[in-house]
Amino acid sequence: MCVAAEGTVLSVEGRDAVVDFHGNEVTAKCGLVQVKPGDHVLVHAGCILQVLSQREQNEMTDLSAIFAEVGAY
Amino acid sequence: MDIACFSRCGEKRQKRKIWGIMDKRNTELLRAITDYLKNYDGPELRIMEVCGSHTGAIAKYGIPQLLSDRIHLISGPGCPVCVAPSAYIDRMIELSLQPDVIVTTFGDLLRVPGSRESLSEAKGRGAKARMVYSPFDTIDLAKKDPAHTYVFAALGFETTAPVYALMARQVLEDGIPNVKLLTAIKTMPAVIRALMDSGAPVNAFLAPGHVSVVTGSRIWEPLAEQYEIPFAVAGFQGIEILEALYGIARWTNGRSGGRVMNFYPSVVSRAGNEEAQTQIREVFEPVSAVWRGIGEIEGSGLALRGPYAALDAGSRGLSRDVRKNKACRCGEVLCGKIPPTACPLHGKVCTPLTPQGACMVSPEGSCRTWFEGGRKR
Repeated sequence: MCVAAEGTVLSVEGRDAVVDFHGNEVTAKCGLVQVKPGDHVLVHAGCILQVLSQREQNEMTDLSAIFAEVGAY
Repeated sequence: MDIACFSRCGEKRQKRKIWGIMDKRNTELLRAITDYLKNYDGPELRIMEVCGSHTGAIAKYGIPQLLSDRIHLISGPGCPVCVAPSAYIDRMIELSLQPDVIVTTFGDLLRVPGSRESLSEAKGRGAKARMVYSPFDTIDLAKKDPAHTYVFAALGFETTAPVYALMARQVLEDGIPNVKLLTAIKTMPAVIRALMDSGAPVNAFLAPGHVSVVTGSRIWEPLAEQYEIPFAVAGFQGIEILEALYGIARWTNGRSGGRVMNFYPSVVSRAGNEEAQTQIREVFEPVSAVWRGIGEIEGSGLALRGPYAALDAGSRGLSRDVRKNKACRCGEVLCGKIPPTACPLHGKVCTPLTPQGACMVSPEGSCRTWFEGGRKR
């Protein structure tokens, strides 16, 4: 139930933000953290919980690729 | 390559070391992590995860097969649906049968057994329930249908509590008269303390990543210090879980004492989301809560407070906890005392199609993930 998904903020209007999840656009509440278009965010139960650090997000992606290479999953 | 330093340097140095090395795509290091975990021969490790999403991810990525026989993964009470007492389900059904009430809920709550039946079964005799993607969908439904009162079944841990707080604030601020909440919100530190004090066979925790987004990794520090065990905050990809397990194994092999390690730094800070913490404090107050199969734990729940208490649909005092099937051993599974396969019902009368206990219902329940993944250890 505590699962959350990462997406990109497309627009912000009042208490709501439109977030893109790989082409699927969903409206999410943004009352728990300040966001702006272009932010990579973590969304849980229709609400933005946190803004991701871009640097660490890229490094995480690199790490995923490397683990795939060594057959960790 | 210095993997020995991986888990014992400070948080900033640790992040720099890990991510600095990963930038070079050092596959040798990553192979070393998996080799280390597979060949680990240090002290026996019994690592409990207390997040249903971790339970699901561990099964999905086949993590146990990548570990030495000396590393055991144990599923704890991390699935909020699984720990809801039967009285909560019964109350939800009672409300849904009232002529002017419609219950809204996330999907996995529909089939959880109460003392006699589940909400899904009660729909056969007129219970009115709707699945929603977000609690805020309930507000939209209520605005369009003023003839009914919409009761949202608000279960969850610290991750979801601030979302419910925002929802409650909006209901009051917008003056929406026909929305209520039936809450069963629980908090992690108290149940971990209760488990450790009851002698749970655990010597490390995989700390829940998304709970930590809200609370910050510092919430685990008093527990790590008190019980002298490591807590590793982990993300939900296979690699992130392996990293955290590696950190625990490195820390435990050769030293003792408590330690909090953050392996999910992209979203988890030491302080957490302080605005979310403020929202929780303003809307909720700590209360005793009953955990299915475990019992009542002081200060382990959150209930609506002050003006928000007017939105409560009767959440307080729901302490009765009755097993639908007396042979169900969900309580011992939730405490890590037995694996799901040790329950006499597992895979026989208790399957995802015919769940006898809550742990077989939710996709994050330990019994269901073991059954569907054919997990043996």
